[in-house]
Amino acid sequence: MWLTSKIKQLLMAAKPGVVTLKYPFEPRPVPENFRGAPHWDHTKCVGCAGCAEHCPARTIMVRDLCQEIRVLLYDGSRCTYCGRCADVCPEKAITMTGRFEQATDDPNDVTETLELFMLTCQRCGRCYDMETRNAIDKLGLTGYRYDSLEARTVLRRATDTFRPAELGKTERYERPASTGE
Amino acid sequence: MLAKLAKKCFPRSLWVYHCNSGACNGCDIEILNILTPYYDVERFGIRLVGSPRHADVMLLSGAVTRPTLPLVKKAWAAMPAPKLVFGIGSCATGGGCWFDTYNVTGGGAAAVPVNYYIPGCPPRPEAIVYGVALALGLVDKKAAPVELKQVEFPIDMYERNKAWEERNVIYEVLNS
Repeated sequence: MWLTSKIKQLLMAAKPGVVTLKYPFEPRPVPENFRGAPHWDHTKCVGCAGCAEHCPARTIMVRDLCQEIRVLLYDGSRCTYCGRCADVCPEKAITMTGRFEQATDDPNDVTETLELFMLTCQRCGRCYDMETRNAIDKLGLTGYRYDSLEARTVLRRATDTFRPAELGKTERYERPASTGE
Repeated sequence: MLAKLAKKCFPRSLWVYHCNSGACNGCDIEILNILTPYYDVERFGIRLVGSPRHADVMLLSGAVTRPTLPLVKKAWAAMPAPKLVFGIGSCATGGGCWFDTYNVTGGGAAAVPVNYYIPGCPPRPEAIVYGVALALGLVDKKAAPVELKQVEFPIDMYERNKAWEERNVIYEVLNS
């Protein structure tokens, strides 16, 4: 009697076959519309910092080194991949990639740093956005003034144009992902 | 280096202890998911045990809340050395949305030394399997910090300093 039940069990187990995925040894594609780690396209980003304003976990930090350099630091360690940054981006510079293999022993590995060039008006020295604000609001705005004297020396004085050749040189300025240890 | 050390310290099976420190059960369900036949982690010899005294690895999920902080520390102290701690989910990695809330210590690293971080909200079961395989040295690390720049700046301060130095060189040559 017990033998027939065992045979029955074996048949039941053999019916679906082996379902275990060979995952770490074989790649496993993500489904469509999967939200993995966000990725910034620095050629499209205008530095409005809307993503930093809307991030629920406040993973994106903005710092103005001087009037023309704005640094965006994305700290992915507490990112919940909600995709709100990609939603609010006016230039569609943020894409939610399918990267999910973010396991690491150092939380600095999931960061992303952007150095943005904030083009300023040569006459008034302010950025081209924030046209809806009045003059008093602009005066109180942090980051659109000379924040420190040390950073002020970095400023360019000449009326240089935004040369496309120079931009093309640094188009894919990205550190290659290191493999292994 | 940590992977090599883990391979040396844990040559056989890893027995994991699942420690929920105020998680929303999202990560916990994913941890249970990797124990199912679909993502069978017993391939790597991983077993879930009920007591930290039997465990080699603590799977820490959830931002460590203030009531659970002493309990997490106690559970960590009860584990026999050598021990590893996996922070699973965004909460255990960096505190999640609640990283600066009054009732949260801000991630597992504030309570116990976390060896491996697996971000995600919740992480896919594959991501947890990948993290475990990373600790066992089966796969390579893929995450790396990314630095992006729009333009290389011609820093005229540098150029000015250089010009100033070159100007002084003439005086040095004249004086010598």
